[in-house]
Amino acid sequence: MTPRATMVVAAARVIRDGEVVFVGMRLPLIAFAIAKMTHAPHAIGFFENGLIRDTPADGHVITMGDAPNQRGALVATTLLDVMGMLQGGRVDCGFLGGAEVDALGNLNTTRVGATRLTGSGGGSDIAAHAGRSVYIMEHERRRIVERVAYITSKPRGPVTLITTLGVFALNDGPPRALSLHDGVTRATVAAQSGFAFDFSGATTTREATTAEREALENADPTGFWTGS
Amino acid sequence: MRAEKVTSLRDAIARFVRDGDRVSAACGLEARIPFAAGHEIVRQGRKHLTLVGPISDALYDQLIGCGCVDAIEAAWVGNVGSGLGYNFRRALESGAIRMTDYTNLTLALGLRAAAEGVPFAVTRSIAGTGMTEQTAAFRTIADPFGGEEMTAVRAIALDVAIVHAQYCDRDGNAQILGNLGTTLESVRAAKRVIVTTDALVERDELDMPNLANIPGLLVDAVVHVPNGAHPAPVPYRAERDHAFFDAYAEASRTEAGFAAWRAAWIDGVADRRAYCAKLGNDRLAALKAQA
Repeated sequence: MTPRATMVVAAARVIRDGEVVFVGMRLPLIAFAIAKMTHAPHAIGFFENGLIRDTPADGHVITMGDAPNQRGALVATTLLDVMGMLQGGRVDCGFLGGAEVDALGNLNTTRVGATRLTGSGGGSDIAAHAGRSVYIMEHERRRIVERVAYITSKPRGPVTLITTLGVFALNDGPPRALSLHDGVTRATVAAQSGFAFDFSGATTTREATTAEREALENADPTGFWTGS
Repeated sequence: MRAEKVTSLRDAIARFVRDGDRVSAACGLEARIPFAAGHEIVRQGRKHLTLVGPISDALYDQLIGCGCVDAIEAAWVGNVGSGLGYNFRRALESGAIRMTDYTNLTLALGLRAAAEGVPFAVTRSIAGTGMTEQTAAFRTIADPFGGEEMTAVRAIALDVAIVHAQYCDRDGNAQILGNLGTTLESVRAAKRVIVTTDALVERDELDMPNLANIPGLLVDAVVHVPNGAHPAPVPYRAERDHAFFDAYAEASRTEAGFAAWRAAWIDGVADRRAYCAKLGNDRLAALKAQA
């Protein structure tokens, strides 16, 4: 398993069966598909382009607008319809990615110094309105910071931060480690983080099950998202 | 009197897109991006445009790289497959363009306010974020009914909305299938609307009014442009041409690479017919969506 594959499987596990999940773009597309094919067959996926799905995408997707994500959708509607329901409180769990995160769960996807990033997309809306948020990020010292350079997204609820090193809880009491991936030490996490985590309850991230590996293989057959 | 709306892309862009216009050509998010119309804007040398999002998968990056753009109002600009829009980043970091940062929801709300003729919309989004510092677009306001503070999003009016549809008749009555993004709000917020369509159909073929989401009364020009959204996906008609996007992302890493890409795919082809001939029938056939 590559670090990205480990992150995506960990992200899939955060989705509970029957939940409404705001999926968005990139890696969460794969996490939603794995969750649907394994432990959360009744999860419903919202996509900001206006799609609502009760099944995983019907094939490999790069964007939420690709034909396999349109085919078999439950609803094809407007951005305002889907994001209006998000603001109205209908979404249990929403996914985001980012360049920088701080201990309060503030996320920056706008700019770092003079470097311009892609911007919020739907991320800021998702963090503001979803019951809880899930962030997927590379774990590097320059990304896990004491204070973000720009607040793009401010989470309303608790945050599960899934990184290449482990799974962490933010904005729900002091920052804490929930699990570290196989072979990762507390010292490595501490060295790569700009704020301290409470490690007292940390376990080792469970190895991917056969079903999870098969679902990953199915959702990302070419390894575009999770390969080397 | 019934106006003739069916025309060529060259004529539609010449008549309805002007220097300095506020333009949205990104209404379907990643789907149905009107690349053919965007490339004609480049060939006609439009300048000083403000491009309005929410998102654009590479077309806005191309228009920026071709020098057509002064400002961008969007939630996300890049290449969805690879992440970054290189022309966008170069232009913004050098100060060649200005950016107003929205979120997807606030941008759509601003478009809807303009469509409905009211000065602003109200949201719970973006409180406590850096975006609130952009006071030309956002203000914190009291709830007149005594509730908590809200963010007002100023109405986002457009001069032109350009939409690619699967089906449209000669009067501009269009059916968009698949996700709609901000298509409905954008065409209603715009003074002028250009519809490029994969199929030009007769009025009586549009026999499911629930699917007719753009009434022709809003539309100024109808242009029959088969494959007019390539390489973007068009629901029920065409898959996304991933390899084409990847090649664009790679080429646009450098200014020289982008110049070569532009010469080959925009300036080097007279129109979309020539572009499709260059792509080849086999490639287009392989992208035909499964039913």
